[in-house]
Amino acid sequence: MTASATTYLLRRRQVVEQLLDDRGDMLVIGGLGSTAWDITAAGDHDLSFPLWGAMGGTVAIGIGLATAQPNRRVLIITGDGDMLMGLGSLATAARQNLENLSVCVFDNEHYGETGMQATHTATTADLSVIATGCGFQNSCEVRSQNQLTDAVARLRRGPGLQFACIKVRAEKLDFVLPPKDGVFLKSRFRRALLGTDVV
Amino acid sequence: MHWWQGIYQAFKDAGIRQVAYVPDAGHARLIEACHADNQMTAISLTTEEEGVGVLAGAWLGGDRGVLLMQSSGVGNCINMFSLAKTCQFPLAVFVTMRGQWQEFNPWQLPMGSTVEPAMKTAGFSVNTVAQPQDVAAYAEATLNHAFVGGEMAALLLHQKLTPVKTFGK
Repeated sequence: MTASATTYLLRRRQVVEQLLDDRGDMLVIGGLGSTAWDITAAGDHDLSFPLWGAMGGTVAIGIGLATAQPNRRVLIITGDGDMLMGLGSLATAARQNLENLSVCVFDNEHYGETGMQATHTATTADLSVIATGCGFQNSCEVRSQNQLTDAVARLRRGPGLQFACIKVRAEKLDFVLPPKDGVFLKSRFRRALLGTDVV
Repeated sequence: MHWWQGIYQAFKDAGIRQVAYVPDAGHARLIEACHADNQMTAISLTTEEEGVGVLAGAWLGGDRGVLLMQSSGVGNCINMFSLAKTCQFPLAVFVTMRGQWQEFNPWQLPMGSTVEPAMKTAGFSVNTVAQPQDVAAYAEATLNHAFVGGEMAALLLHQKLTPVKTFGK
């Protein structure tokens, strides 16, 4: 691991608790790997869709979901590795001007599931700047608790399309695994959102 | 009726709400019609694999969607197709073929010959349509397979259907 990220102030499991505490009717997609474990640690939920694959596709799923459900806030929680693989989806989200989509990246600057190799954000890539460049009018980088409080409020309630890159400590944590049956995850989400007669 | 209008009507009849696409000359007029339709949201992608994710999200949210691309885009999607396969998301893909018939650009040939076996290996049922008068029925069957059958269905639109591209040569 690179040295600096191991000393970052913000801890991902505390951040996810603030994001998902008393979450109301928010729809949540969790990117594969650590962020899927994080949203599960905060409490597995029928309106969470944790991914076990589809790397690079997390924001894209949010685009389709936010388009279908314009009156619900859709919150993407994913990692820097997944986000780097799907940067184009940020340009697509901004072009669609989705008023109800929030993208939150837990950026620990490492690939957590493969041996903590450094990602591009450890050295040169700046995801909040990339989001701005893609057309996100609300984009920020978060390093302190004060910044986080402000970012959590905007991610949960908007207004409009939101992006936050939260610099979190690089650390190995206990696995908290969600169900991995994709058909089950899909069906429970649709049943909770759309009612029992649609599945 | 032009063949693309048969696809558009099939979209209307099936209640398609989201149309994800990477622009392509063969799909150009269909894409324009979908953009002009206020009951549809047309979503321009930066790469085709985004569309597989978009349509999974659409289905989670209660919308039916379709993915339009050129044959070269199929290769970009292979891993993302796993999302539809594993979670059994319905997926309807309409592919305009290149590298198949009077192709001017040799760089289109590899994917032109790879699309059908690759999609079958990825789990799709695949049909090819080459006659304009058959397109509407094939489009309806493809959507039916995806949304009634709940599976991955692809319709390959033969290069004979689209104008020969010569780049002015």
